[in-house]
Amino acid sequence: MKRISLLTVAAVMVAAAASAQGKLTVITTTEDLAAIGREVGGDRISIEAMARGYQDPHFVEAKPSFILKLQKADLLVAVGRELEIGWLPPLIQQSRNMKIQPGSQGYLDASLGAAILEIPTGTITRAMGDVHPQGNPHYWMDPENGKRIAKQIADKLSEIRPADRAYFQQRLADFTTRVDAAEQRWLAQMAPYKGTKVVTYHRSFPNFAERFGLDIVGYVEPKPGIPPTPQHTLDLINEMKRQNIKVILVEPYFDLKTPNAIGRETGAQVLVMPPSVGGTKDVTDYFKLFDYDINLLVDAIKKGGTK
Amino acid sequence: MRNACAWVAAAGLLLGSASSASAQEPAALRQEIDQLRRDFETLKQQYGDRLTALESKLAAAEGAAPPAAGQPPATPPAAAQPTPPAAGQPPAAPPAAEVPTGAAGAGGPTGTLPVYGSTVGGAKVFNPDIAVIGDFLGAAGHNSVNPQPGFEMHESEASFQAVVDPYARADFFLSFGEEGVTLEEGYATLTALPGGLLTKVGKMRAAFGRVNTMHNHVLPWTDRPLVTLNLVGGEDGIDDAGISVARLIPNRWLFLEATGQVYRGDSDELFHASEPSDLSYVGHLRAYQDVTENSNIDFGASAAYGHNFAGIVDGTDRGRFTTTLYGIDATYKWKPLSRSIYHSFTGRTEWIWSRREQFNGTQATWGMYLSGDYQLGRRWFVGGRLDRSGQANDASLVDTGGSFVVTYYPSEFSQVRGQYQRTNYGIGSSADQFLFQFQFAIGAHGAHPF
Repeated sequence: MKRISLLTVAAVMVAAAASAQGKLTVITTTEDLAAIGREVGGDRISIEAMARGYQDPHFVEAKPSFILKLQKADLLVAVGRELEIGWLPPLIQQSRNMKIQPGSQGYLDASLGAAILEIPTGTITRAMGDVHPQGNPHYWMDPENGKRIAKQIADKLSEIRPADRAYFQQRLADFTTRVDAAEQRWLAQMAPYKGTKVVTYHRSFPNFAERFGLDIVGYVEPKPGIPPTPQHTLDLINEMKRQNIKVILVEPYFDLKTPNAIGRETGAQVLVMPPSVGGTKDVTDYFKLFDYDINLLVDAIKKGGTK
Repeated sequence: MRNACAWVAAAGLLLGSASSASAQEPAALRQEIDQLRRDFETLKQQYGDRLTALESKLAAAEGAAPPAAGQPPATPPAAAQPTPPAAGQPPAAPPAAEVPTGAAGAGGPTGTLPVYGSTVGGAKVFNPDIAVIGDFLGAAGHNSVNPQPGFEMHESEASFQAVVDPYARADFFLSFGEEGVTLEEGYATLTALPGGLLTKVGKMRAAFGRVNTMHNHVLPWTDRPLVTLNLVGGEDGIDDAGISVARLIPNRWLFLEATGQVYRGDSDELFHASEPSDLSYVGHLRAYQDVTENSNIDFGASAAYGHNFAGIVDGTDRGRFTTTLYGIDATYKWKPLSRSIYHSFTGRTEWIWSRREQFNGTQATWGMYLSGDYQLGRRWFVGGRLDRSGQANDASLVDTGGSFVVTYYPSEFSQVRGQYQRTNYGIGSSADQFLFQFQFAIGAHGAHPF
C-alpha cells in the first residue's frame, strides 16, 4: 500500500508539473456551470460541459466519450444535490483521474455554497416521486446563486493555480458587479408582475420564482419524475381555471402535448422556458438566460393581461 | 406559501365578517393589520428557507470534512445528507468522526481490519449505499428442454457500494434466489493506480462481450440469449474470482479500451479448474465513437480461454481439455438529446465462436443474437431478438429462436415486461412461451446503465 501511494504521489507530481504551464482543463456537468466558469476563468482555462442545455440533466447517458474528457480534467464542477446521480458516478469512477474523485481537490460540488430550496424534512419515500433528498438542484436559476457558484469556482481555480489568483479574483469581482447590475434590471422588469401565478412542468424553477416573485401553484407532473396522469391533469385544469392562471412554463426537454391540452382548456399560454444556458440557441451565456426567460415571461403576462 | 396565503385570506374573511358592522374606520386598520401579517408571513417563510439552506450546508460541509475520504461517488456531497432540522441532532453535537474500534488513530494498517458494527450514530455516515432489486418471473406455455416454473421470485439482488479508502472503492452484489445466496459480484476497484490502469480485484462478471457483463435487471429481455446459455456457461456466464486490469489506449480518434483478466477458472458449465494452475483468461478490446450528438457506435472483440470438465472421469481430469471462445459485438444507440426521455433506439448484436475439446474430438460451433429496442414514449419500450446458437458439447445441434418484448415503466424504479418467445431446439422439439416479468428497486439511486 505504501508503495502504491508513493507511486501515486510521484504520478500526481509529474502530472502537476506537466500541466503547470498550460491552461487548466475544467469540465462541468451542465452548460450553466460552464458559462459561469468561463466568466471567472477567462483565457486561463479551457472549459466544457458534458450535458447540453436542451437536455434533461437528470437523464444524461454515461457515454465513454465523457470518460475521455474527464480523464484529462484538472477540475470537475458538478451541480450536486443528486442531479447527476444517474450518470456522473460511473464516469468519475472510470475516468482514471485521481484529481477529480469526490473529496479530492479537483472535485467541486457547487451546491455546497449555494442557497438550496425544497430540502425535504421528515420522512421521505419514493412514493413522493423521484424526490431529491438534499433539496432542489435547480438552484442556478437565481442570480444570487450564480454569484455564489462563481465565487466557489474562482476560489477553487485559485487554489489549484495560486499564481493566477489575482486574475481569477478580479474576473470574479467583475462578474459579480455585472450580475448585480443585471439583477437590478431584471427585478425592475418583473416588479410590476410580482405574485403572478404560474404552473410549471417539473420543479425546475423554485429559485427563479422566489427571486422574481412568481407564485408557482402547480405542476404538470403529478410528482417529480412521474409523467402526467389524466386525473392530475384534470385537477390541474380545474385549479388553473379557479385561480385564473394564464401561464404554463415548460422546460425544453419535455413533451408539449399535455401542456398544450391544458393551455387549450384554460386559455393559458404555454411557454417553452429554458432553465439552462444552451436551452435554446439564443441563450449563450448566463446573462442571456435571464434576459431570455424574463422577456419571454413579461411578454406573455402582458399579452395575457392577467396577473 | 399557498397554505399561508389561504390562511391569511381565511383569517381576513373571519375578521371581516365579525367586524363588518363597525364600518369604515376600522376597515383601514384591518387592511393594515392584514398587510403586516402578510409581510410577517413572507419574512418568516424567507428566514425559514434560509435557515434550512444554511443548516443543510453545514451538515453537508461536516460530512465532506474528512479530507482523506472521497465520499462514495454514488451520493456526492455528503453521506450525512438528510440531517433535516427536525430529525437531526442538536448542532452542539456534530457527527464527530467516530473511529471504529481497531482502526486506532485511523492511521496506517495495524495488521487486522477494523471491526465494524458500532452502534455509535456517527459511524452510520460511512455505511455503504444499499439497494435491493427484485426480479419476479412468470412463464406460460410448454418448454420440455428448458422448463420454467409458473411463478418464480427469480432473483433478489442486494447491492452494497462505498468507498473503501482514498485508494479504492468496493461493490458487492449478492444474488438471493428463492433458496440460497450467491455472490454475483464482489470486488474492489483500485482507483489510484498509476498508468491509467483501472484494476478490479474480487469476483466479477468477465468482460467477454456485452451481455456477459450485464446484471439481469438491466437486460432488455426477461432471459438471456441462447448463445449465452449454450456457449458462455449458462445464465451466470463467465462470473469468477480473479483480477481485471483495464487501460485506455490513447489515440486521436476514438475511445479505445483494452481489458485483461485472469480468473480461477471456475465458471458454471464453461470452465472448470481441476488444479490451482488451471486459470482462465479473458481479453477484451472496446472501441467507442460518437457518430453525432444523438447517436453512437460501440464495437468489441473478446477472447476467453480455460479448462473444461469434459476430461473428468471418476473425479480425475484425464483429458485436460480446454475451451476457447472468441466473440465480437456491436451496439448502435440513438437518442435525440432534447427528447431523450421519450425516444431512443438500441440495436445490438454479438457473435461468439466456441472450440471445446472433448474425448470425441473438438467441437467447433458458433452462435449469435441480434436485437433491437425502440422507446415509444416515456414509459413504453418494444423490442425483439433473434437467436441462433450451436451447442458447445455437440456441434451438430443448433438451436434457433425469436422473441418479441414489450416493457412498461411505471417509474424509474419499477418495470413490467411481457415477452413472447419461440425456440426451435436442435434435438427436434420446439417451445412457445409467454414470459412475464416484474422488477422493482428500492434503496439508493443507482446509475443508469449505458
